[in-house]
Amino acid sequence: MSAAVLGLLVLLPALVGAGLALCGAAADRVARSLSLATAAVGLGLAVGAALTRPAVSMPFLPQAGFGLGVDALSAAVLPTIAAVTLLVLVFAAADIARSPARFHGLMLIFAAAVTLTATATTLPALLVAWEVMGATSYALIGFEWQSEERVGAGAVAFLTTRTADLGLYLAAGAALAGGSGLDLSGLAAASPGWRDVVCAGVVVAALGKAAQLPFSYWLSRAMEGPSAVSALLHSAAMVAMGGYLLLRVQPLLASTRWADVTVAWAGALTAVALGAVAVGQRDLKQLLAASTSAQLGFVVLAAGVGAVTGGTAQLVAHAATKAALFLAAGAWLSALGTKRLVALRGAARRWPLVGVAFGVAALALAGAPPLSLWATKEGVLSAAREFSAPLYAAGLVASLLSAAYAGKALFVLWGDDARPAGADRVGAGRTVPIAVLATGAATLGVLALPPLATADPVGLAVAAVIALGTLAAVHRWGVPEPDWARHWLGLERAANAVVVNPVLGLAAALARFDDRWVDGGVVAISGSTLRFADTAALADDRVVDGAVSALGRGTRALAALARRPQTGQLHQYYTQAVAVLVVAVAVLWLVS
Amino acid sequence: MLSLVVFLPLAAALPLVAVPRIGDATARWTWVAVTAADLGLLGYVWVRYATADRPGLAYEEQLRWIPSVGSSYHVGVDGLSLPLLALTGVVFVACAVYALREQRRPRQQAALNLFLQTTCLGLFAAQDLLVFFVFFDLSIVGMYFVIAGWGHGDAARSALKFFLYTFLGSLALLLGFIGLYLAAAPHTFDMVTLTRNPPLRDSPLVGGLVLAALLLGLAVKTPTVPFHTWLPPAHTDAPAVGSAVLAGVLLKMGTYGFVRIAMPMLPDSWRAWAWVLIAVGIVSVLYGALVALAQRDLKRMIAYTSVNHMGYVVLAVGAAGVVAPDTTAARQLAVTGAVTQMVSHGLITGALFLLAGVMQERHRSYQIDGYGGLAQVAPRYATFFGVAAFASLGLPAFSGFIAEFQIFTGGIGAAPVVAVALPGIVVTAALFLRALQRVFTGPLRRQSAGFVDISPAETWSTGLLLALVVFIGVLPRPLLGIIEPAAATLVHQVGR
Repeated sequence: MSAAVLGLLVLLPALVGAGLALCGAAADRVARSLSLATAAVGLGLAVGAALTRPAVSMPFLPQAGFGLGVDALSAAVLPTIAAVTLLVLVFAAADIARSPARFHGLMLIFAAAVTLTATATTLPALLVAWEVMGATSYALIGFEWQSEERVGAGAVAFLTTRTADLGLYLAAGAALAGGSGLDLSGLAAASPGWRDVVCAGVVVAALGKAAQLPFSYWLSRAMEGPSAVSALLHSAAMVAMGGYLLLRVQPLLASTRWADVTVAWAGALTAVALGAVAVGQRDLKQLLAASTSAQLGFVVLAAGVGAVTGGTAQLVAHAATKAALFLAAGAWLSALGTKRLVALRGAARRWPLVGVAFGVAALALAGAPPLSLWATKEGVLSAAREFSAPLYAAGLVASLLSAAYAGKALFVLWGDDARPAGADRVGAGRTVPIAVLATGAATLGVLALPPLATADPVGLAVAAVIALGTLAAVHRWGVPEPDWARHWLGLERAANAVVVNPVLGLAAALARFDDRWVDGGVVAISGSTLRFADTAALADDRVVDGAVSALGRGTRALAALARRPQTGQLHQYYTQAVAVLVVAVAVLWLVS
Repeated sequence: MLSLVVFLPLAAALPLVAVPRIGDATARWTWVAVTAADLGLLGYVWVRYATADRPGLAYEEQLRWIPSVGSSYHVGVDGLSLPLLALTGVVFVACAVYALREQRRPRQQAALNLFLQTTCLGLFAAQDLLVFFVFFDLSIVGMYFVIAGWGHGDAARSALKFFLYTFLGSLALLLGFIGLYLAAAPHTFDMVTLTRNPPLRDSPLVGGLVLAALLLGLAVKTPTVPFHTWLPPAHTDAPAVGSAVLAGVLLKMGTYGFVRIAMPMLPDSWRAWAWVLIAVGIVSVLYGALVALAQRDLKRMIAYTSVNHMGYVVLAVGAAGVVAPDTTAARQLAVTGAVTQMVSHGLITGALFLLAGVMQERHRSYQIDGYGGLAQVAPRYATFFGVAAFASLGLPAFSGFIAEFQIFTGGIGAAPVVAVALPGIVVTAALFLRALQRVFTGPLRRQSAGFVDISPAETWSTGLLLALVVFIGVLPRPLLGIIEPAAATLVHQVGR
């Protein structure tokens, strides 16, 4: 029974989504209600699965089943994903006017894939879900396909994350070679050399999906998609799954000598660098995107230092917070047609309901007490403190930057009375989901506080001082916007220069080589065969046939010579006979 | 039963050739009906085989043919040949349905393609090297006439290039077959006997030479780098139906030869030269993908992705020759993946070439940059092409992923160097996304104007192929269950 819950949890959105996406315009009328009903049932199933902890495995390959299961980690994440999905779809039902069937269909397929990712217990199941998430992300970023720019942005996102995904293919092969089998929980049992390869592959794939350094730039391009997509895929669910995978394989990270430290620093550095990038943004969605990378940096850091509970709490709290912020940005984008911060000044005052929700979520993002991320971030940092002091210091800098970018957005939107012109009201379909998510952003900190978790009062106090102090400073002096931060550290340009352009150049060169030399060689060989044939034909005429003719002429000449003694005169015949006799006697005499 | 499956299309082709009075419509529908009936028979064979207790060679038939050289008409099916027989049946049904709109000599086209179908089915069913060879060469003849007779552009030249190049390959193959025949004691062309008692086990030099001849012949047909340059012009100038059969079925004759003939009959040489195959596989995967990325002609691009996709198969069968005691499971996985890839590529690329044919039919151009925004005027075409493209780039839920995941997991498990080919997956993704973006999205450009969306015949033919692609991608067990025992046997044979 409980296994059926798990199967349904994945299959229901997958089938409804595929149906809607394939029917297209024909299903537009029923798309919204069907999608919301599916998502609501999905939330119920997710809660049910979290409570009953089912597990199921289907035959797939002889070496590995297609395994799904719910454990403590996924029990926390599954309902979060389902709830955010439902709320985002409610928002989208009001926000997305064009092709609702295609949009909701793709979103539901994505929801199925992310559910599968969260529950996968074997590498094949994980990889299936992982890549389908990437593909739906492509289709949703490029949802408005009439714009080649947006489709291109989707391609950048898909190709970047897929490049990182190669790590999972490598990990699967290495796990088989290392004798550990393809169960995620057993990967740490691979033989030592192979274990490092498995671990490296998984880490690269996870860092790519989580938009950590050096892959972060794809998330910037992904912002060209609809806001609802950003809220679900590029904050709460897909990007978060990168961090989630690292939490899930934390024993594997810990089993190597290098992976835990590497992952911890990758997370910490991303939290600092992308925090600075977020501070430098002048576009609300770009700011939120960079902050997503930075906040997931804390989750990645948590996986590195072994703080699985803290990392999970951070993941869940960030999902609610960032979804609320993205949806609010989407609401204003629809109302005002802009996401530039300059043009959004005062928008929160004009639409106070959305504004308050946005404010609460932004304060949570800043780490202001007693809101959620204040507590969850400290849950991660306390583990980092025990792991190494420099790591903790980096974490504190990242916290400071979080407060800075969150404060920047907050103060601009609640800025002076310059009320931007635009649509009069934002409807309930948009406001309610934002409000619910903001409530989550305010309260989910309980996951990282007693009695659910232990907390260090000094650390919490330090975090509170940093957050509030930075907010005050930002309010007083504003923030710098250096070019390198505004342009996302030049990461995309670097990727183009180091990977994309050389590959395209190589492709063009190889295509020329293929035409000129490989095919040219074949053509040359066949051409020389023809020339050889011509020469042979000529030789056949001149030499072979010539020899035959010469032989004929010679024979004729000999025959003419042979005819000359035949004169018909007897005395000549007698003379010839005598001559022959003399020669014969002479020969006999000589021989004897 | 098996002979009925093989020769039913030929039997139907004869009256189509002999009776000129048969109308166009009758000819078209006869073709559809015969291929459908043959597919029905194949379905029956499949179900019977899948439910039988004993895996191995089934539906065996053996008749005296040329006893003086130890050759007989010997056919049978097992887990390696049955998937390819079924693939042949499916691809030809799709082609027959697609060709329902063909205006040019439909009677002759139906007859020729039915003949071609018999040669393909006969090859995959063959259990005798000479029977294999005869069908191999006849398929080249059939395809030559398909390209030359119904092609476009520089069809005559492309057809001639195809014919001469692959015919030369078949001569190398024949040389190898004769080598096997002479080495066997008593002399025989019988595949079952040769597999049971592989010849040349003690003579690495001669064994290596015979393998070289076989590999040369099969590499031309597959094709692998550097013997692939006949493929792009053949595809570019072939009709859609011809391209689908060429890529979907004929290319598999090369890869099928690896698993059916070269591996089990020359196991020692195969193991000794496995690294060459792995190297050729890696080069084919990466080179094929990169050259495809640089193409501006959609059909040429798809042709080069075939080089890439067939490279995966070569990679896998090469890795299966790297024998170590604890990698049996990995090698079996790689071989299963290779056979799955043959089926998957046949279905996906068959669909892609039929869809590319729509462009030729509408606007006589495959130039990627000439189109743009096509999704606005032809949404169903865009959907189908998108599905086929994502299937071809190996996305999960489509058959290509099942094949490539097994090939890479098993291949890396058996021979870690296989991992070098991994970037091929990303390059393939890049080239398909770029083509999709240029052709279907953005503003409407010149050639897209007035583009009519796909017709029912085009929809049903490609839909059949894509439906199977999704089926295998979502529920791979029915197919893998057939292949796996045969793969295990093959891995055992190579390792003995």
